[in-house]
Amino acid sequence: MALLDYLLGQRKKKSANLAKDRLQILLAHERSERNAPDYLPKMREEILAVIAKYVDIDDEKLQISVDEANGFEVLELNLVLPEHNR
Amino acid sequence: MSRVVVVTSGKGGVGKTTTSASFSTGLALKGYKVAVIDFDVGLRNLDLIMGCERRVVYDFVNVVQGEASLQQALIKDKRIPNLYILAASQTRDKDALTQEGVERVIEQLKEAGFDYIVCDSPAGIEKGAQLALYFADEALIVTNPEVSSVRDSDRILGILQAKSRRAEKGDAPIVEHLVLTRYNPNRVEAGEMLSVDDVIDLLSVKLLGAVPESEDVLNASNSGMPVIMEDKSAASQAYKDIVERFLGEEIEHRFLTAEKKGLFKKLFGK
Repeated sequence: MALLDYLLGQRKKKSANLAKDRLQILLAHERSERNAPDYLPKMREEILAVIAKYVDIDDEKLQISVDEANGFEVLELNLVLPEHNR
Repeated sequence: MSRVVVVTSGKGGVGKTTTSASFSTGLALKGYKVAVIDFDVGLRNLDLIMGCERRVVYDFVNVVQGEASLQQALIKDKRIPNLYILAASQTRDKDALTQEGVERVIEQLKEAGFDYIVCDSPAGIEKGAQLALYFADEALIVTNPEVSSVRDSDRILGILQAKSRRAEKGDAPIVEHLVLTRYNPNRVEAGEMLSVDDVIDLLSVKLLGAVPESEDVLNASNSGMPVIMEDKSAASQAYKDIVERFLGEEIEHRFLTAEKKGLFKKLFGK
């Protein structure tokens, strides 16, 4: 069976590479959360309160994060509006 | 001057206690005076791995609570001079340890002239693990080349960098060392296991050493003898290298490549 495994093994995607790719994405995400400024949760709440005055939105639909890109700190807000919005 | 070294990992079962036992034994074999403390209150195991489970009378919690003196609780290793074990309590709950109490014990050990105080951390990121790393000067991050272990190690690195005494006081950060255990070069070569370079890349921690997966580790713990004392074993040699490198020696890394298989074995072996 070793011969068969050996021949088949050549064509399979290596699982170690998969592990590394997944971890790279996950760790980057978890580190950015860990290093997020302390004011973020409070700010999120206040922004949400302002938006809620005008639009009926779901708490969960607002995503907010601070990332770094090209040497700039980027504050990213992501909000999904409800479909039937009056 | 004494150094406090925490052996930590986040994840359980990756080899913290095995590493603590062999690392402290290795330092003592080098002539240093070493105390190794089991921080896993309620799940004491270091005593068993070091073969002194029947000699535990008083434990770490007894000392912290003032029910016994440090001298009464320290168990002197029977094989190696200058090596002392402080067992965890088996009966108390985790809240029995306090930061002030732990600090007092560590200060007493420093005054007693110990060169190295090795703290064997419990798994997890709760109070026990945080207390084990709080007073550390250096840290051994024990990691398996496996996704959940790497992730948990990254988490514990974040805690080392943010919640240790050094971090809180703004002192020089804890020196971090990666100890990769259960390493299987054959599987790495087959592309089935993260390589040392992968893990170093992911965690950005300098490699202190890789310990190959070895049957000798189980055999050693069966007999209550730190695996570093099984001279002929690859795991023992890997731990000896780790101790040397920790003490500042430049030693080439071993056990990172697969043994060469002949064509016959490659085709028909298992």
